[in-house]
Amino acid sequence: MLVFIGKRLLQLIPVLFGVLLITFAVTRFTPGDPAEMAAGEDATLAMIEATRARLGLDRPLPVQFGLYVLRAVQGDLGTSYILGYKVTTLIGQALIPTGQLAAVAMVVTILLGVPLGIISAVRRDTAIDGVARLVALIGVSIPNFFFGLLMILLFSLYLGWLPSFGTGTWRHLILPGITLGTFSTGLIARLTRSSMLDTLEQDYIRTARAKGLAGWVVVYKHGLRNAGIAIVTVLGLNLGNLLAGSVLTESVFSFPGIGRLLVNSIFNRDYATVQGAILVIAVIYVVVNLLVDMLYAVVDPRIRY
Amino acid sequence: MLTAMRSNPLIREVARSRIAQLSALITIVYLVVAAFGPQLAPHSEIEMLTLPRQAPSAEHLFGTDEIGRDIFSRMLVSARVAMTVGFVAVAIGLVFGFVMGVLAGYFGGWVDATLMRVVDVLLAFPGILLALAVITFLGPGLTNTMIAIGIGGIPGYARLVRGEVLAVLERDFISAARSLGANHMRVILKHVTPMLLSSLLVFSTAQLARAVLAEAGLSYLGLGVQPPFPSWGGMIASGQRFFLSAPYMAIYPGLAIMVLVLALNMLGDSLRDALNPQLRKATSSSE
Repeated sequence: MLVFIGKRLLQLIPVLFGVLLITFAVTRFTPGDPAEMAAGEDATLAMIEATRARLGLDRPLPVQFGLYVLRAVQGDLGTSYILGYKVTTLIGQALIPTGQLAAVAMVVTILLGVPLGIISAVRRDTAIDGVARLVALIGVSIPNFFFGLLMILLFSLYLGWLPSFGTGTWRHLILPGITLGTFSTGLIARLTRSSMLDTLEQDYIRTARAKGLAGWVVVYKHGLRNAGIAIVTVLGLNLGNLLAGSVLTESVFSFPGIGRLLVNSIFNRDYATVQGAILVIAVIYVVVNLLVDMLYAVVDPRIRY
Repeated sequence: MLTAMRSNPLIREVARSRIAQLSALITIVYLVVAAFGPQLAPHSEIEMLTLPRQAPSAEHLFGTDEIGRDIFSRMLVSARVAMTVGFVAVAIGLVFGFVMGVLAGYFGGWVDATLMRVVDVLLAFPGILLALAVITFLGPGLTNTMIAIGIGGIPGYARLVRGEVLAVLERDFISAARSLGANHMRVILKHVTPMLLSSLLVFSTAQLARAVLAEAGLSYLGLGVQPPFPSWGGMIASGQRFFLSAPYMAIYPGLAIMVLVLALNMLGDSLRDALNPQLRKATSSSE
């Protein structure tokens, strides 16, 4: 087990190196002089040169990249020249609402997606299955920003039950949370259905039915328990997606998370923040996926690496 | 052409399913609109014809937008934009991913190790994040949107092709071809590639759905297709500003995206089921 964990951690290193390389490239190959932007609007030529030297921008590119990596691993992602804050501060503030949003979306996914998939599998090839499958398919097919707008129209504009933008109370989390969770709900429903169908065809299920166990006991105790490992894994892998993938949802609801920070920074040409946000999102995604992978090996005694 | 299609077992299997027929029909309608959209459109998609934000009527089927352009006509033209971005992006992912996957699977060793680390890096950026990174340094626009979405498709293809190549290489006819003196190029092109076509078709259908959603998302953010090209995503964004008074401005383009992606996903599911008749089930197909 320790060997497995060690090996996976080692595999992480080239991936993180590649991610750093790409995020570095994002800001270095964009049009415009970073030193000029860092020095500010009315900087004189001398000030720009001083800034260039201070930030190490006059050094060869490989050295610059080395400096960038060195700073990044120490938790220094630079300063946003536009907003005047440290990038880490901006990202730290944005991560909390994004985390809350991801949590709500995760709850939605588990509470809706899993039962939808179970019902679909148990009532296979009936009208209920048809409806459940269609709902799941719409979940993975509807653009989530469009779904978010439809919910704003219904619940905010027409019914006036929930706020359509901003943050602050738990009520602000409901519509964006559900919106963020639509795709993963459809995904999990489809996956749950297929792994339940696989499981329900196994011999031990037939045995359980033959010995007279009630239908729901068979489904939950023998079926879901065994289908569950695959479902939990995908839920875990999906957590990284939710944390990272809320760019569109946050834009629809003007929700002050990391996704909107990223989009706004792209528009503002605030490259330090763009670089930092992309880096942090990718690192979170990779690390969460790694943890899920490891957990999978711990939970399922059949898997030995 | 038609007889060739009929004799393909995959196509024949798919043609039997009602859902597959329906989704194929919808996809064909979108393709026709994409091809002839500007000719079919009753009005110009860029000209301001009339009063802004008119509700749907016989003259303007889906109403007019914030500067008086006909929404229905703009949607027809957007179909061409969406399909062009979709197909080109899928082609980029397919070509680069295929080459990487074949090289990695066929040659193994350090080639495999290196290429798969590159794939791991590309996979470290979830959803449209990689596309956003690419847009940041290329800038928005039609061509760059295709490139950005296309790059995001590479790792999926590379992994799929690598796995399939590894499986095909185990088969006897590969050793037979090699012992007959076929070189690497010939083995890859004549013996390995034909075995991959079915799974590439299934995967590409799902990828097209993914690309259409990504284009809509980027254009909604204002970082994708730029005016004067209309885009469903961009139309939704401008409709959002008048959502209470003129919800139709956003709703019709949204439905256009949804129906297309729905049809592509259903088609992908049907193709996959036809490919593996023993496992008729529904798993994820788009990302």
